[in-house]
Amino acid sequence: MKSIKTIFLGILFGTILIKSEAVSWFRIQEMFHFESFHMYGIIGSAVATGMISLMVIKKMSLRSFTGEEIIPKAQPLNKYANFFGGILFGFGWALLGACPGPLYGLLGLGYSIIVVPICSAILGVICYALVRDKLPH
Amino acid sequence: MQKLIHFLSDPWPWYVAGPLIGLMIPTLLFVINKDLGISSSFRHMCAMTRLKKISFFDYDWREYVWNLNFVFGIFLSGIIVSLFFPNPEEINLSENFIAWLQEMGVSDIKGFLPGDIFQWSFLNSPRTLIILIGGGFFIGFGSRYAGGCTSGHAIMGLSQLSIGSLIAVIGFFIGGLIVSWFLLPFILTL
Repeated sequence: MKSIKTIFLGILFGTILIKSEAVSWFRIQEMFHFESFHMYGIIGSAVATGMISLMVIKKMSLRSFTGEEIIPKAQPLNKYANFFGGILFGFGWALLGACPGPLYGLLGLGYSIIVVPICSAILGVICYALVRDKLPH
Repeated sequence: MQKLIHFLSDPWPWYVAGPLIGLMIPTLLFVINKDLGISSSFRHMCAMTRLKKISFFDYDWREYVWNLNFVFGIFLSGIIVSLFFPNPEEINLSENFIAWLQEMGVSDIKGFLPGDIFQWSFLNSPRTLIILIGGGFFIGFGSRYAGGCTSGHAIMGLSQLSIGSLIAVIGFFIGGLIVSWFLLPFILTL
């Protein structure tokens, strides 16, 4: 039952990404070329909404529907990893014109060629796992 | 009903889509009490296989099965949208940008991906190879190194006012701007 709920939430998230054209290669390239406000508007208003939601949850100590306490995990601060990893991710984001969420959506939209970058991303994760100890974090 | 289908079919403006994406954060917390994130799904897929021998993948992926279900849902959303309320063929791009694309040898601007790059039959062309394999690799490597991607750091992390996420998002844009201004014009015209 829980997995059905989660799949449904994924469908919801994916639908928003697709209908807002956030999965579009053109939208991502356009964003990096400052040719349109669209993607900045999406990211900015998403963060503002998310921030307010989290503040309300915290202030009112809201609980999940099953009564659990809601404590979002804090993203750990690893300044070198955040920065250098971020730059490498940015290389991929602009090169491919898509980030991980959209990749799954594009595959569902029928762009079967997307299995190539998905496999390549998994290969990237494996390589990271192998060299992780040698990288600054 | 006709009106609803019309609304669903038209591209959603940023001020509708952005807040809806932001609301995914409390929705995920209320319904399954999980933090929004996508890129760790690649890691969990590795943890399901014999790669478990590597310490980075040596954990019980079943604890994170929700994340795999979530990305499976995103995949399903693609099928559902294309069957029931597909987006219009072309995206509304600025003339300036269309002219730049043409200069770069990208003329097929229908759909979500340029047909003159993202095509099985072009896998033997250097630009398609670099974009697909290089782009995918950096996304995988970079997101794990940084500890998250656009959803985990930019949406969830910034909403939590996390400093690490802010550093990562600055990195995303430094890397993205370098590639799209200096490297992509070269690769696209290969």
